[in-house]
Amino acid sequence: MSDTRTHNTEDYLRMYKQMVRIRAFEDNANQLYLSAKMPGLTHMYSGQEAVAVGICEALTDEDRITSTHRGHGHCVAKGAEFKAMFCELLGKAEGYCRGKGGSMHIADQSHGNLGANAIVGGSMGIATGAALSAKHLGQDFVTVCFFGDGATAQGLWYEVMNMAALWKLPVIYACENNGYSEYTKTEEIAAGSLTARAEAFGIEAFEVDGQDVLAVNDLTTQLVERCRKGEGPFFIELKTYRYHGHHVGDINRDYYRSKDEEAEWKTVRDPITNFGKWLEDEKILSADELVAINNEIKAEAEAAVEYALNAPYPDTSEVDMHVFAGVDHALDYLGGARG
Amino acid sequence: MTREITFSKAVNEAIAEEMRRDPTVFLIGEDVAEAGTPFKVLSGLVEEFGTDRVIDTPISEPGFMGMAVGAAMTESRPIVDLMFGDFIYLVMDQLCNQAAKTHYMSGGKLKVPLVLRTNMGATRRSAAQHSQSLQAIVAHIPGLKVAMPSSAYEAKGLLKTAIRDDNPVVIFEDKLMYQDKALVPEEEYLIPFGQANVKREGRDITLVATSSMVQVAEEAADALAKDGISAEIIDPRTIVPLDEETILNSVRKTSRAIVIDEGHQSYGVTAEIAARISEKAFYHLDAPVIRMGAMDVPVPFSPALEDLTVPTASGVADNARKICRGELLHAA
Repeated sequence: MSDTRTHNTEDYLRMYKQMVRIRAFEDNANQLYLSAKMPGLTHMYSGQEAVAVGICEALTDEDRITSTHRGHGHCVAKGAEFKAMFCELLGKAEGYCRGKGGSMHIADQSHGNLGANAIVGGSMGIATGAALSAKHLGQDFVTVCFFGDGATAQGLWYEVMNMAALWKLPVIYACENNGYSEYTKTEEIAAGSLTARAEAFGIEAFEVDGQDVLAVNDLTTQLVERCRKGEGPFFIELKTYRYHGHHVGDINRDYYRSKDEEAEWKTVRDPITNFGKWLEDEKILSADELVAINNEIKAEAEAAVEYALNAPYPDTSEVDMHVFAGVDHALDYLGGARG
Repeated sequence: MTREITFSKAVNEAIAEEMRRDPTVFLIGEDVAEAGTPFKVLSGLVEEFGTDRVIDTPISEPGFMGMAVGAAMTESRPIVDLMFGDFIYLVMDQLCNQAAKTHYMSGGKLKVPLVLRTNMGATRRSAAQHSQSLQAIVAHIPGLKVAMPSSAYEAKGLLKTAIRDDNPVVIFEDKLMYQDKALVPEEEYLIPFGQANVKREGRDITLVATSSMVQVAEEAADALAKDGISAEIIDPRTIVPLDEETILNSVRKTSRAIVIDEGHQSYGVTAEIAARISEKAFYHLDAPVIRMGAMDVPVPFSPALEDLTVPTASGVADNARKICRGELLHAA
């Protein structure tokens, strides 16, 4: 754990709470899947909390992010509430996307989240375009593009990095290297080094321990500030670990990684446990206070699940709403396709 | 007051007027600035608006298409120039998975007001990868609007409407029509989407034609008039949304219809419009509805072959005469 003490107590407390909130959200989402109460499936963010929180705590509500299929953590870290998130996960009308997006498209748009994307690497253009928009409109917001190591194999990234570098756009490419590209070890899909790829475009690239929320936050804070001064874009590779499988249904995974490896990350390198210890060591919070926070958040998450389970589904009339902006019902608009 | 200007000039004027009106509008694409595109449609714009708003990109279609989506989601209004319609295949993920679905997937919270300008049209001896008319592929995707201007007048009015629309709009311009002239008002005007134009009134048969096929239909109608057959020509102007009512009203009157579009015939625009006529005006019909699209082959290079693949005025007139005489084009 980096020991910079550059923040005030309130900041540390919020970072800790946000990481615990992500873990609590995911534990409940996993239970909803295992108990067959959730439609479809979902990709767990557990283990990677320091990445989303370290980065998003360096951003304002005006700053934008693009998220991924493993996006619950980004969503929470960018300011979303549990109730509307669980409602979205369950396809309920009060969900952030009115139940039309679900786990893979969850986003609290009002806090600058431009959406979770179910196409691996699919948001790299969107994030870079948001940065172009900031420059074009003369606004000073910065955009962070979250993606996994698997997405570095998509050609789109190289196209948009080239343009971002040519035009000095305020975008930060944040690669969460959790070691696995779906069911395959990253070293089997990525030749050379990832940072070198960004550097080839003249983009400054950084590696950081993605389990250390303070290290992530300190680096991101500096880079966001530099982006606002027109010194972007930047690339960060965050070394982290995915506690669950590729998705909640990926349970028997011995064929691609060992239980020992998982156990080691969970016991030695857990971002929440380690930050909690640091907070204790620094006498910012006591052990009892940490437990109280954990319990309070756990209760809040469980209450939100209960709320979402009882919340209504969207009315069936919503099925052809929101196809086009400014059009109430698409089928009427499209020329009477209902006959 | 009207004056005669080219299709190309009409597009240029529409963009310039909207860029003057709205500072959030910008142009992005390959060789759009100093070069003004290979067709010179955008000449002069960079001189007026500068390179910050007329942005030359590397040859990275998925990249700049994706960036336009992100810019549109954050209060800009990009106009993407895709040099050839054939390159739509390169941008399919950004156009169909991202732009088209963002508003829906976000429950109406995020908007993507962008225009994708591209072209279509064969017989330019450009072979299979620079000649396709791919409007049906885009029209198939919920969330995208699709406009197909048939003259300079439509090109200007539809493009201005597209730029002001809060949704992704794809405009297909026939690249063989850029130098064609038409009367265009000097005053500002917009053409609303979903309003077909009754290009010519007639009694005996309805010719529904898109883009440059309107000219083909007009030529056919002139030939048919000499034989005493009165053809009505409907130009839908936008295929998404489609002004079904104007088409159906015409067919209810004439009882016969041929649908003409330069995209491939199978699973195409002609098939969709013909199906809607058959479903909704069946009991008004005196003959099967005929589709006339491009031949279901890749576009060949050789002029001797290429000219066989597109609908022609004489082909339309021949089919019209037959069905007006009560002959079946295909064995029953």
